[in-house]
Amino acid sequence: MDPLLSGGIGLSEILIVLLKVVVAFAGLMVGVMAMVWFERKLVADMQNRIGPNRAGPFGILQTLADGIKLFFKEDLQPERSDPFVFKLAPYLALVPAFLVFTVIPIAGNFSDGQDGVVTLFGHETLMQVADPQMGILFVLAMSSVAVYGVMLAGWSSGSKYPLLGSVRASAQMVSYEAALGLSVATVLLFAGTLSTNGIVASQAGWRWNIWMTLLVPFVVFVIAATAELNRPPFDLVEAEQELVGGFHTEYSSIRFALFFLAEFMNTVTMSAVIVTLFLGGPSGPIPSGAPGWVQDFLLPLIYFFAKLLVFLFVFVWFRATLPRFRYDQLMDLGWKFLIPLALGWFLILTAIKVARDQGWNPVVAGAVAALAVVVGGLLLRSSIRAAEDKDFDAVDPADLDGAGA
Amino acid sequence: MSNPLSAFLRDYLTVGIFASLAFVLVGLLLFISWLVRPDRRQAQKYIAYESGVDPVGDMWSQSQVRYYIFALLFVMFDVEAVFIFPWATQLEVFGFFGLIEMTIFIVILLLGLVYAWRKGVLRWV
Repeated sequence: MDPLLSGGIGLSEILIVLLKVVVAFAGLMVGVMAMVWFERKLVADMQNRIGPNRAGPFGILQTLADGIKLFFKEDLQPERSDPFVFKLAPYLALVPAFLVFTVIPIAGNFSDGQDGVVTLFGHETLMQVADPQMGILFVLAMSSVAVYGVMLAGWSSGSKYPLLGSVRASAQMVSYEAALGLSVATVLLFAGTLSTNGIVASQAGWRWNIWMTLLVPFVVFVIAATAELNRPPFDLVEAEQELVGGFHTEYSSIRFALFFLAEFMNTVTMSAVIVTLFLGGPSGPIPSGAPGWVQDFLLPLIYFFAKLLVFLFVFVWFRATLPRFRYDQLMDLGWKFLIPLALGWFLILTAIKVARDQGWNPVVAGAVAALAVVVGGLLLRSSIRAAEDKDFDAVDPADLDGAGA
Repeated sequence: MSNPLSAFLRDYLTVGIFASLAFVLVGLLLFISWLVRPDRRQAQKYIAYESGVDPVGDMWSQSQVRYYIFALLFVMFDVEAVFIFPWATQLEVFGFFGLIEMTIFIVILLLGLVYAWRKGVLRWV
C-alpha cells in the first residue's frame, strides 16, 4: 500500500493525493495528444508523406485543433438507437482507459533494494496514483470493462455496421484476454506479488522480466496487447473497407472524439503496463552520489519515458508495416497458437522456478519440463489432426454447393 | 487500527478520486459541446448509416452463434486465471507439490480446449 495513506489521513495527505491525481490526469491528457500527433507524423514519415505541419511548430497542435473543431460539430443520434446506452457508452470507453494509469509507477528509486518510496512535502509516498494490493488484476479488470464500452456503443447505435463491429470486437478482445492473462501469470511467478510497485521492485538490478521469463511471454503479451487495443494488424473492429467505422460509425461530434481519445489513451497506458511488467518500469542505473531529486525523480522519469517511447514507436510501426488479419486467422492465432504457447511456457517456467527454490539444477528441470511439454503438445496435436482429418473426409462434396454447406 | 477507513478503502481512495475526475471530465466535454454545437434538425440526418442507401430491415439483426462459443471458451480461461494468479504469487510456499497440482489443473483445462478444437468449434467458417 502507498505509505502516504497507511497512517492517519489529514488535510496534508488529502492535498498530496489531489496533487498527484491532477498531475497524473494532466500528464495523461497531454501525453495522449502528443501520441496522436506522434502517430500521424510517424506514419506520414513511413509512407513518404509530410503529415500534419500547419497547427503549431511541426504541427504539434494538430490534435488540439481537431478536438476544438469537433466541439462545434452537430451531435447526431440515430432514430433507431437506444438513447440511454448510446450516451453511456463513451463514459464506459474512456473512464477505464484513465483508470489503468493510476497503478503505473512512473518514478522513484528502485536501485539497491529500495522500494521506490519518495518524499513529497515531508510525506513518504510512491510515484504512482494508487498502489492497491491487486494492482495488476485491476489493470486486467479495467481492460475487461473497456470491452463494454465498445460492445454497448455498437449495439445501441441501432445500425448494422456498428453492430457487426461490436460483436467482432467483443469476441476478439475476450479471446486475447486469455493469452494476456497467462503471460501476466508468468511475470507473477517471478515477482511474487500482484502489486505493480512490488513487480517493479522485484525487477531491480537488471533482473527485468523480459529475459527472466525468457522472452516468450513478452512477445505473447505484446501481440495480445495489440489485439486488445484493436490496433493494426488486429483492427478488424473498424476495418474501413468492410465496416465503415466499426462500432463508432454512428457517433459524431465530441462523442466520437471521446472514443478516439480512449483508443489512444489505451495505447499509452498499455505501453506503460508492458514497461512495468517486463522492462522494470522506472528502474535503471542510478549513481549513488547524485542529489536526491535526481535519484528519485529525474533519472527514473527519463528511464520510464524512454522505455515508453520505444513501445509507442513499436505500435505505430506495426500499423505502418503489417496488413490486416482475416477474422479466422485472428482467431486461429489467438486460440491455436498464443494460448497453448503461453500455457506450455508457463509450465516450463514454473518448473524452473520450483527447481530454483528447492535448490535443484534449474537448467535440467527446465529441459525436463520443456521435453514433457513438447511431447504432450505433440500428442494433443496429433489427436486434433486425426479428428480434423476425419471431419474433412466426412464432408460430402455434394453438400458444398447445396444449401447444406 | 483506530482509523475509520479500512485498508481496502484506502487502497482505492485515490482510484475513486481519479475515477470521479474522469467522469467529470467526460461530462464537462459533453456539456461544452452541448453549449457551442449547432442544432439544425432534418429527418434524413437521423437515419442509420448504410453507405448512403436507405436502411433495410431490422437493425438488431441476428449474428453468428460462433462469437458466443468463443465467449464461453473465454470463461474457461478466465476462471483458470483466477486460480493461477494467487497460486503463482505463493509458489515458494507450495514447492514441488504445487507444481504437480497446477500441472494437473492446467492439463485438465487444456483437454477442454483440445476437445473444443477436435469438435471443430475453433474453425471459423
